Amino acid sequence: MPRFVRYLAPLVAFIALAGLLYKGLSLDPRRVPSPLIDKPAPAFSLPLLQQPETLISNADFKGQVTLFNVWATWCVACRQEHPLLMQLAQQGVQIYGLNYKDTRDDAKRWLQMYGDPYLANAFDAEGRTGIDWGVYGTPETFVVDKQGVIRHKHIGPLTMESIKNDILPLLRKLQENDG
Amino acid sequence: MKHIRLLFAAVLLTGCASAIAAGLEAFDFSGNVDEDRYKHLIVELRCLVCQNQSLADSDAGLAHDLRREVWELMDQGQSDAQIVEFLVTRYGDFVLYNPPVKPSTYILWYGPFVLLAIGLLVLVRTLKRRGKQTDSAFSAEERERLKQILGSDKPDGK
Repeated sequence: MPRFVRYLAPLVAFIALAGLLYKGLSLDPRRVPSPLIDKPAPAFSLPLLQQPETLISNADFKGQVTLFNVWATWCVACRQEHPLLMQLAQQGVQIYGLNYKDTRDDAKRWLQMYGDPYLANAFDAEGRTGIDWGVYGTPETFVVDKQGVIRHKHIGPLTMESIKNDILPLLRKLQENDG
Repeated sequence: MKHIRLLFAAVLLTGCASAIAAGLEAFDFSGNVDEDRYKHLIVELRCLVCQNQSLADSDAGLAHDLRREVWELMDQGQSDAQIVEFLVTRYGDFVLYNPPVKPSTYILWYGPFVLLAIGLLVLVRTLKRRGKQTDSAFSAEERERLKQILGSDKPDGK
């Protein structure tokens, strides 16, 4: 082995390791990639938050690009992203909600106080639909395309940045796809 | 001193109580569900909220729900593999403390053995070279002389 290789080897190994660790610093272990991306949205049929007698199912999303937002009144970060959902609704984005492990009274009061960006809310008291959708921390927001396929999942509160860089471009792209 | 010890014991016990309580919902194990099998399985599954705890350890709301789910699936007669499959389709391989062997995890499973092999290779090469060096460091003459010197140095070498 030439001498310079022997001297350079530890340096190269160090740089490789440092690079790996540096990359690790910017990864968030709380963001677990969802295996549901590009799969048909899990079926559900739940009572509406506002009208318990009426059922809502994922079939109601069909034909429109939909944001499906998982939220609860006990979820602090949900309050934080709420104004952004209001803005999106005003821009004409179709938003459905999954009210997750909440009580009807609390949820209705919340929507009265802060505004209601949702076309409708499915009421998931026991969190079973949440489990089917792989929800592990509210808020979570799914983008479902016209065919009812999940295209994107945002974990944690939506931010101006994530809406501008991820959500809106994706919505636009999916809107253009006919079918 | 005695009081402090008592307090310390109390604090320790409180910790125990909450740790045990996390795993103990009032599930009925008199029917279809074998308690040992249930406990064995929930230890293998990761809670996604407090990520370094298993479903058995975690007191998070989601862990409660997932334990209920595991119990119910067992009650319906599903096998461990089916239950694991149920969770993996929803939450991904991340829920498994024991990751499956597949191309994306080869480095995880076989990486250590590769490193070990490299280490052994380096060791063998180094030892070989060192062996050669001691052989060639002195000429035959020098070695003869060295033996004389060393020999005469020995306390009982006279």
